[in-house]
Amino acid sequence: MVSVLTKIFGPENLETAEDVVQQTFMDAIQLWKFKGVPENPSAWLFKVAKNKAIDVVRKNKYSRNYDFNDSERILLTSEYTLTSTMDKLWNEDLVQDDMLRMMFACCHAEISTENQITLILKTLCGFSTAEIAKTFLTSEDTVSKRLYRTKEFFREQKIKFVIPSNEELHNRTEAVLNSIYLLFNEGYSSTHSNELIRKDLIDEAMLLCKLLLENKSTQLPECYALMALMCFHAARSDSRISATGEIILLPMQDRSTWNFELIASGNEYMNQAAFGDAITSYHLEAAIAYEHCIAPNFAKTNWLRILDLYHWLCKIAPSPVAELNKVVALLQVEGALAAKQHLTMLGEDKKLHNFYLYHSLLGEINAQLLNTVEAKQNFETAMKLSQSVPERKMLQDKIHALLN
Amino acid sequence: MAEYLLIFRGGDAQTAQQSPENWQAHMQKWMQWMGNLKEQGKLIGAQPLANSGKMVSGTKKVISDGPYMEGKELVGGYLLCHAASYEEAVEISMECPILEHDGTVEVREIKALAM
Repeated sequence: MVSVLTKIFGPENLETAEDVVQQTFMDAIQLWKFKGVPENPSAWLFKVAKNKAIDVVRKNKYSRNYDFNDSERILLTSEYTLTSTMDKLWNEDLVQDDMLRMMFACCHAEISTENQITLILKTLCGFSTAEIAKTFLTSEDTVSKRLYRTKEFFREQKIKFVIPSNEELHNRTEAVLNSIYLLFNEGYSSTHSNELIRKDLIDEAMLLCKLLLENKSTQLPECYALMALMCFHAARSDSRISATGEIILLPMQDRSTWNFELIASGNEYMNQAAFGDAITSYHLEAAIAYEHCIAPNFAKTNWLRILDLYHWLCKIAPSPVAELNKVVALLQVEGALAAKQHLTMLGEDKKLHNFYLYHSLLGEINAQLLNTVEAKQNFETAMKLSQSVPERKMLQDKIHALLN
Repeated sequence: MAEYLLIFRGGDAQTAQQSPENWQAHMQKWMQWMGNLKEQGKLIGAQPLANSGKMVSGTKKVISDGPYMEGKELVGGYLLCHAASYEEAVEISMECPILEHDGTVEVREIKALAM
């Protein structure tokens, strides 16, 4: 709804769009309390929001804050065409496009990724400020400020509410995919929360990506690849934590609890991602996740292939996390000594020392080499760097295992 | 490119008698007509007018209810648009949905006042 209303009022009036939605829901709560929920609640909400939008247009036709000279909106200014135009704008097929436009507007290059995700959660996923604050472990105040700044940016820069043209599409989509990917990661392995997995964030990320895939102009190979990647990961999410919320590591996971339906649809997306000659990091990461998904058990995983894929990934999209994961594969293929050598080499880049994964991996390798004292130190450093309760618990367990 | 004012008269009686479905279909025609003008960048603005009104007249500024005219002569709405010539403005008017209801469209060019 916010997306449609933003199209009607213009991105510079995002706030008004949000107000209308809020009032609509307030009306609903009051009325439904007495009269019960109508047969088709969403149709009811749309109708009420539509009428409120008509009121806003009538009231603000001549306001300087609204640009009704925009050729798309001029028909809203005439009573002859106001309601018909409004009806057309709320057409369901168009609503999906509006959400896409909103997504692209949220992921404008000059908005920081943090703010992009905040805005996406607020406008597209319907998260409240408090929920967003909880997601990022910040105060509601900070979230409000972030939202305010982004809205100001829309207003000042007069950001257009469009799906980018063909030349821009790849670049702009990259930003959108990046945000979706981060959102998914936050859900899959929450860095800021007591729960390791935030299923709501995973669902939202997958929904947003599906939106991209449902629109002809954004059916790009990299979108399919990201979708496949998310399917493969999501399929395994239930087996990653125990009933008491503790991390279960890959070798110990019960593979029968994996969601094979999701793996199958991941596969389908993967096939569709293969058209064109673009190989993105999403393609490679999806391929790696796929190898994990089809392995009958930990030992029979095709680590050689995974190592190859990580080599490739480090080449086209070098990142500390990719490098560290390559070492994990190396550990399986060539053993602890080779892995340690490679990791020590990587460790010359001091930036890596800020990652808990670096220390925990080093600890793992040292443990295998029976360097108990070093391993203990590594795990302890890792514990200091992790903000997640389950992660710290897992590291604690590893230290216990060492001492016994 | 000059501006033209199209003044709509009459057509009300037929509009009022319509079933809601037909009325909606009729409004759809307005939508199409004005939508076309919008596409060509010619539409400036348009509004329908309510039937009741007031008249203020003469140096004495007499206020009266009105204009009590026959439905056919009553101004029911206007549209302001760009057109290259009277011919084009008339051509635009030919498509006006009010004609289907036996109304009239008066086409007038906006005059530039020399100071």
